[in-house]
Amino acid sequence: MKIAVCVKVISEEPIWLKGNHRIDPETLRLARGDRALLSPFDRHAVEEALRLKEAAGEGEVVVVSMAPAMAGDALRAALAMGADRVLLVADDALRGSDLLVTGRVLARALEREAPDLVLFGPQGEDSNGAVLSAAVAERLHVPVVSQAARVEAVAGRVRVERKTEKGHDVIEAPLPCVISVVTSINQPRYAAARGTIAAKTKPVDVLSLADLGIAPEQAGHAGAGTDVNAIRDPPPRAEAHLIRNDDGTAAEQVLAYLGERGLL
Amino acid sequence: MTETLVYVEDDGGEPTADSLGVLSKAVDLGGEVGAVLCGSAVAGSAARLREFGAARVYVAEHPALSDQVPQPRVDVLARLHGERGFESLLFATSTLTADIAAGLAARLETGLNWDLVELERRDGALVGTRLALDDSVSVEVAWKRKPQLALIRPGTFEPQRRADEATVENVEVSFEDWSTQAVVVEHRDVQGEEQSIEDAVVIVAGGRGIGRPENLALLDELAAVLDGAVAATMPLVDMGWCPQSMQVGQTGKRVRPKLYIACGVAGAIQHKVGMDRSGTIVAINTDPNAPIFRFCDLGVIGDVCDVVPGLTELIRRQRA
Repeated sequence: MKIAVCVKVISEEPIWLKGNHRIDPETLRLARGDRALLSPFDRHAVEEALRLKEAAGEGEVVVVSMAPAMAGDALRAALAMGADRVLLVADDALRGSDLLVTGRVLARALEREAPDLVLFGPQGEDSNGAVLSAAVAERLHVPVVSQAARVEAVAGRVRVERKTEKGHDVIEAPLPCVISVVTSINQPRYAAARGTIAAKTKPVDVLSLADLGIAPEQAGHAGAGTDVNAIRDPPPRAEAHLIRNDDGTAAEQVLAYLGERGLL
Repeated sequence: MTETLVYVEDDGGEPTADSLGVLSKAVDLGGEVGAVLCGSAVAGSAARLREFGAARVYVAEHPALSDQVPQPRVDVLARLHGERGFESLLFATSTLTADIAAGLAARLETGLNWDLVELERRDGALVGTRLALDDSVSVEVAWKRKPQLALIRPGTFEPQRRADEATVENVEVSFEDWSTQAVVVEHRDVQGEEQSIEDAVVIVAGGRGIGRPENLALLDELAAVLDGAVAATMPLVDMGWCPQSMQVGQTGKRVRPKLYIACGVAGAIQHKVGMDRSGTIVAINTDPNAPIFRFCDLGVIGDVCDVVPGLTELIRRQRA
């Protein structure tokens, strides 16, 4: 079974510390730190791909990413976990790409690989992983299952368990298909020293837009469907409605509040 | 021409409150607004929808729409858009609608902005606001193509009833062959089960202010009647009252339920970063100066042991 895992490369700094000076005021884009890392969320997708390959007893795990060329090293972390090779789409013309462009580029890269299964990671902070899986599946004309908490692949089909707002579902689909996973699906393995050494010699192929047959005007800001006008400080949260439980009616007031907002 | 189409999610014969909130916002933005419902039996929801200001309610009923899967719905919306030509299509975010909107954006080769907390019309075009990087920045977003697709953060807009009544129209449906291949073979409701906190729609969280480990039972009971999960702050995990898997915060999990009920939680920054993207935050704490009262929606100054059991009982009675 050939499994492609679509991953994102993120900047090293912890997001919660930084606030709006992580945004480049000139380009209104996320300023990248000096060091790139494989998104910790996407390690769950890599782990699941490795488990499925191990369960099948054969196959190949290809890591696919759209990122700056410097991200090649970060993607070796997936190779150190056990993935077989990396396909990195890197092109200056990709700067300012949105969901529309990213879906277009990943789908085109995946078409070249023709995997049996495409995995995406969970939605991360400021990541569009969760929406990308459905966009890519649409372009590949294959079924999609998101939020997978358990995946089994048997006899050309997948069986996926997932939990949504509406309960537990078991969904079946034929291969090829696209699946996005949640973090609870597994515990990503640490790369052993041996894996890190092996990763150094595994192939990292870098493709340009021209290699994929995508015109520059179909990529980056030019090809995007959305735009960023401005970055500001967030609005202050509306002041809380405070009540005291002096008369013992607080529970009733909370009940009424939740009822009015359709939360019961 | 209908300018805006709002996708209305049906939950057991009722339109969801979040969908109605987005519909109300669309009506406020002006122009003719349509609403679309997809399912195998959604006539009940359609009737309820009529009083929320849409000029038209489009109903797509088909057995292939009985499963809560996105791709057949992409087909319905793409066809309806092909026939009517909407300026914008709006969705209240859920697991299902995020996939529908993303698939539709790819099909129509157009832009999708998601997780919006505000939407306005400027010179005829939509402008949205998205909170990014853990809500530490506010991003003003726009669209470069039409139709303009948007996913709105849950709990953002309130539903409002209107005087006008919509006309209800059944629409024809057809499906692409890849759209009907993912099928739900089993479904069961989450009721009464232990949930992982990342997936929970409702979280009841405990902090040091609950006093004693025995009081966690009060939180369990409240979570049970709300079909929710129980979470904890770092001190409770450090004291060994709760396993690490329950911890929300900087060194724990980041959660975003629709409802977060913080019981005896002071609201330290380390906890705040893990939960302040929740839809509605209710805080119960004896200390009126607790930081959590500065970033909750409803604050109760009182003892968890006094308030929580009463609330549990009231909800249980209402649900019975």
